[in-house]
Amino acid sequence: MSIDNLSLLLPEIALLTLACATLMVDIFSNDPKHGPGYWLAQLTLLVTAVLVLVTYTGDSQYAMAGMFVSDAMSGLLKFAICIISLFALFYSREYLLRHDIIKGEYFVLGLFAVLGMLVMVSANNLLTVYLGLELLSLSLYAMVAIHRDSSSASEAAIKYFVLGAIASGMLLYGISILYGVTGSLELGAVAQVLEGQSDYPTLAIFGLVFVLIGVAFKLGAVPFHMWLPDVYQGAPTAVTLFIGSAPKLAAFAMAIRLLVDGLGPLLPDWQQMLMILAVLSMATGNLIAIAQTNIKRMLAYSTIAHIGFLLLGLVAGNAGGYAGAMFYVITYALMSMGGFAMIILLGRKGAEADQLDDFSGLAERSPWLAFLMLILMFSMAGIPPFLGFWAKWFVLREVIQAGFVWIALLAVAFAIVGAFYYLRVVKLMYFDEPREPDEPQCSTPLRTVLSVNGLSLLLLGLSPGLLMSLCMAAFSP
Amino acid sequence: MLSNYLPILIFLIIGLLMGVVMLALGFILSPRRPDAEKQSPYECGFEAFEDARMQFDVRYYLVAILFIIFDLEIAFLFPWGVVLDQIGWAGFWAMMVFLGLLTVGFVYEWKKGALEWE
Repeated sequence: MSIDNLSLLLPEIALLTLACATLMVDIFSNDPKHGPGYWLAQLTLLVTAVLVLVTYTGDSQYAMAGMFVSDAMSGLLKFAICIISLFALFYSREYLLRHDIIKGEYFVLGLFAVLGMLVMVSANNLLTVYLGLELLSLSLYAMVAIHRDSSSASEAAIKYFVLGAIASGMLLYGISILYGVTGSLELGAVAQVLEGQSDYPTLAIFGLVFVLIGVAFKLGAVPFHMWLPDVYQGAPTAVTLFIGSAPKLAAFAMAIRLLVDGLGPLLPDWQQMLMILAVLSMATGNLIAIAQTNIKRMLAYSTIAHIGFLLLGLVAGNAGGYAGAMFYVITYALMSMGGFAMIILLGRKGAEADQLDDFSGLAERSPWLAFLMLILMFSMAGIPPFLGFWAKWFVLREVIQAGFVWIALLAVAFAIVGAFYYLRVVKLMYFDEPREPDEPQCSTPLRTVLSVNGLSLLLLGLSPGLLMSLCMAAFSP
Repeated sequence: MLSNYLPILIFLIIGLLMGVVMLALGFILSPRRPDAEKQSPYECGFEAFEDARMQFDVRYYLVAILFIIFDLEIAFLFPWGVVLDQIGWAGFWAMMVFLGLLTVGFVYEWKKGALEWE
């Protein structure tokens, strides 16, 4: 056993230690609002984010005998995960307080989920990938079920748990086959064996299929998307917000680690499979979202469509494509978080604002909130100059350069179909009569943070170069 | 490499055959003369008086889960103790970290009242 380069793991070690401290502080404090636990959890995320920056070097370094890697991609993604989780925990607390279901365990589970994400992002071994994934998933299952008295949340948790367990089983089966074929669990070594003349080319592809199914399940790509709408709708909105934001970044990292770092030599094989998944996701997501009246469910189908776009970046199969997908997933996390935060803001105790009708005439009730929602919806639809446009543009450019013009055309067509249901929300807000005249009640911090969230999409959209060059740098050799 | 798995395949087939053959033999060869007593449910020698699918106190599950955690801890500690002189300080501290995490969980469950029966 060797423990080397432990300093690379500093963010994870700090996160684990402080998460345990958060649990202890929360259990021994008597604050009914769980203030100490909450603030310590936020401090933990901040410290972790700073440590990620401090330990960032930009080149690939390995620790724990090659189990763990720290490179440019992991640095950027980890930082984004910490910052996005910081926002997500803030929104969550507002929601939990408003609905009177606040529990200290929520923040601790959130921290452990973040730890799982960081491990996934930095995994350089098939087992490390799996370990991080399970830590993330188990925390999320418990978070979905945190409101025990709600039957829809319990149902969502059971569905999520059972389907998630099947996905993990698939992934693990694929991993075991890959281990059988290559004789190694380390991603680099797996790639090296597959690069040469493999003794069992068919068996390797068999393993690849199962690994890919596991990844597609976690991302929510069609036809492995069945859990997503039910979980998004059934879970408390705070949890939906959390699931829809940072974990997608980790799932993207898992796809890159497994498919590019580990199974890179099989690129022609997984490229075709991803192409099918991407087109199906964009078609199903965008078409079914039109029929939804529940906005949480609508955003769930929109997630599926966005995942299709994200997979397009992987289909391109080169550094530019991966960078585009990364840009897309970060953008998506910001947009989705804002969308769900708006649902949280409009809701009241005992009544969630999760129907489309709840947005009717929002412009009359509160022009500023309606404007923020307009930014979010326009950005999701991919209308310039918002960030969502650049994400789509980046991915499409790479796909066309890689020579898949027909698939880019399909993507644009489905994006236009998708614009319909985003614009419907805008139409409801600006041209319909409000159901209730009064302004939505919300605390000033919530309003401020949501404004920052929404305006960031506009500002980053006006100067997308910075984030774009960061993403490009993450994949330049 | 795949041929290494042949013994496992043979084991699976023989295992399956054994199970099927034994059950089939019992089914074919045994005399069958059922009566009311033989077909009634058996419950420790006395009359069966309740449906087996009754409600269960959820605290039993809690106790069982807590037991498993500490049972597993022992399963890790024994082999660790045996090879402690070979794995050095790295092995020692790895186990200390594990025990530390376990203690945090233990304090949590104690404070939450999971150890109180009433």
